[in-house]
Amino acid sequence: MVDKNQQVIDKTLDQEYKYGFSTDIEETKFEPGLNEDVIKKLSKIKKEPQWLLDWRLKAFDNWKNMSEPTWAKIKYEPIDYQALSYYAAPKQIKNDSLDDVDPEIIETYNKLGISLNEQKRMQGVAVDAVFDSVSIATTFKKELSKHGIIFCSFSEAVQDHPELVKKYLGSVIPATDNYFAALNSAVFSDGSFVYIPKGVKCPMELSTYFRINATNTGQFERTLIVADEGSHVSYLEGCTAPMRDENQLHAACVELVAHKDSTIKYSTIQNWYSGDKEGKGGIYNFVTKRGICLGDNSKISWTQVETGSAVTWKYPSVIMQGDNSVGEFYSVAVTKNKQQADTGTKMIHIGKNTKSTIITKGISAGEGQNTYRGGVKILKNAENAQNFSQCDSILIGDKCGAHTFPYIDVNNPSAKMEHEATTSSIGEDQLFYCNQRGIKLDDAVSMIVNGFCKEVFEELPMEFAVEAKQLIEVTLENSVG
Amino acid sequence: MIKIENLKASIDDKDILKGINLDIPAGEVHVIMGRNGSGKSTLANVIAGNETYEVDGGNITMEDTDITEMSIENRALEGIFLCFQYPVAIPGVSMAYFLRSALNAHRKYQGKEEMDALEFLNKAKAILSELGLDDSFLKRSINDGFSGGEKKKSEILQLLTIDPKLAVLDETDSGLDVDALRTVAKGVNKFKNENNSVLIITHYQRLLDYIKPDVVHLMIDGQIVKTGDMSLVEKVEKDGYSWLEK
Ligand SMILES: Nc1ncnc2c1ncn2[C@@H]1O[C@H](COP(=O)(O)OP(=O)(O)OP(=O)(O)O)[C@@H](O)[C@H]1O
Ligand SMILES: [Mg+2]
Repeated sequence: MVDKNQQVIDKTLDQEYKYGFSTDIEETKFEPGLNEDVIKKLSKIKKEPQWLLDWRLKAFDNWKNMSEPTWAKIKYEPIDYQALSYYAAPKQIKNDSLDDVDPEIIETYNKLGISLNEQKRMQGVAVDAVFDSVSIATTFKKELSKHGIIFCSFSEAVQDHPELVKKYLGSVIPATDNYFAALNSAVFSDGSFVYIPKGVKCPMELSTYFRINATNTGQFERTLIVADEGSHVSYLEGCTAPMRDENQLHAACVELVAHKDSTIKYSTIQNWYSGDKEGKGGIYNFVTKRGICLGDNSKISWTQVETGSAVTWKYPSVIMQGDNSVGEFYSVAVTKNKQQADTGTKMIHIGKNTKSTIITKGISAGEGQNTYRGGVKILKNAENAQNFSQCDSILIGDKCGAHTFPYIDVNNPSAKMEHEATTSSIGEDQLFYCNQRGIKLDDAVSMIVNGFCKEVFEELPMEFAVEAKQLIEVTLENSVG
Repeated sequence: MIKIENLKASIDDKDILKGINLDIPAGEVHVIMGRNGSGKSTLANVIAGNETYEVDGGNITMEDTDITEMSIENRALEGIFLCFQYPVAIPGVSMAYFLRSALNAHRKYQGKEEMDALEFLNKAKAILSELGLDDSFLKRSINDGFSGGEKKKSEILQLLTIDPKLAVLDETDSGLDVDALRTVAKGVNKFKNENNSVLIITHYQRLLDYIKPDVVHLMIDGQIVKTGDMSLVEKVEKDGYSWLEK
């Protein structure tokens, strides 16, 4: 049985990544290299105000004096920041009408299952499509603006709503926060911007679909979501990239601001190319995501399904400043072949009666290494703070690994903390039970793994829960024998 | 229905089944009794194709098809159903989802149309009420936090839903209270007809007060040493197994 398992695990590694195609279009691309002039040129192309250029340059200055973090349980080839290009954009872009978008790009998104045509689009989901360094199109903008909702590319927001951008940019993740955030602050090219006005419940799901296409280009997107008092928004991001032999860098920043009585739900389905079975190629995913519950009774909830990337370094966090505010983190992370994921969260309790929940499910197959790293910090004045953490890992085969690093720092004795962690192997007895009922091995594995992830999938918006389940099925096909 | 000839099986080079012969025609209920560790569960597992055990000789034929080398799921689809002595939990997978998947795997194999959720629900609910189980049972994760009795009833629910050709009951009567025992027996009797077969592994007579066996086998150290009728059960209840050893 064990030998057969191994054979089939090995077979999995031959699974094709179905989003691995590349689009052959003309792109404007910077020469590789990073210096002040590159940043000035980038800022100029984007017709940015002086304050933003200054902000970038300051971040760049800081970055030059910082060093890459080494504490994560990941190993990768050193990144040559001078060998990367910091801007790539399709030659013809214009955001106003889909008619002006290169048909090749529309076709690319169609192939990815994302229709930019509003009529054909999944009902109730508005999309911002980011291709390499620029946003290509944003759907349902008019419809949303009727409610006063701003949903546009970051570049547009800089032009049309500079006061909002200036007020909130870097307010959650300072430009000096960490090495990758500083780099992003210096060179970010595009991303999404969302503002939900007071009392508005966003009538549809908002989503951004990130696609890396160009070679040797870093993708540095920046997303900023602001929910004003009493508002509500659910947002989803998806990501894919072509199969390329060299590693590509993706260093994004996502900032969320929740005012009094508002809720932001942020879901991610990350399926960047993960490299081949020898571990060649794949995306280096170094992402900083943080939200702040500024006002009382606000809530920020992160849900992530991470199946791609060669290396993932990502800790979506919540600062609960307002009293009674709530932070949540639900995560499924799958590593197979030689993928490495070091992911988790940080929950910082500042206000009274703040409450956080962490539920993570790590799945390791092949030679994958999966690390949960999570911090819970209860500050001195956070009376009656509560945290519940549950970190479960499942191993498929015997060449993979799961690691858990919880950090807990409690400075108020009224805090209630609960932490549970389990690691198990996918049981031969469970597989036998399913097989004995006539259920095929692949179906049994996906059933068991989906069952394992259930609490997290339940947090995803309906449309995406189905997608996430299928993604797990495809990812783990043939992973057990 | 099933015919087992000179079946030998081992685990980690330890011989457990040492030449089992068994022939259960359609329409019959057979019983196997035997000491703890004599190999009863091993036999049930080997019939079901559990690859933890090494088959060292002999063969198993199911309605003239040799299934000795067949995969676990294909045997299941051919009509073998095992009521587990210790059913395993699968957290997060609902009974309804699991059982409908299992049922549809069988239907597909039989060339029948798959059953939709509603149709399945109606079928399952009817069986549940007969077993005295609440409909909410279908929403629970399989065997996760089930009581001992619930686990056994869940196996019978699955048996009646899938409706196989051969049911192997491995100590399905163990650990049941009087009412649950009656319910389980009622389930097995409902399943039983002239076209299928039942193999009951048990330590006690009490289940057999409700389900009348046609043939009783006694197993010692990996072999069937005596075959007879209900009177063997009474003898074992009274005298144990030592009289079988010379
Ligand atoms: N997975 C296993 N690994 C190691 N030994 C096993 C395994 N399964 C069975 N055995 C051994 O095989 C022998 C027969 O076990 P089996 O479970 O078939 O007995 P049984 O007749 O069902 O007993 P009981 O009446 O206690 O259920 C025992 O000695 C047992 O320890
Ligand atoms: Mg047994």
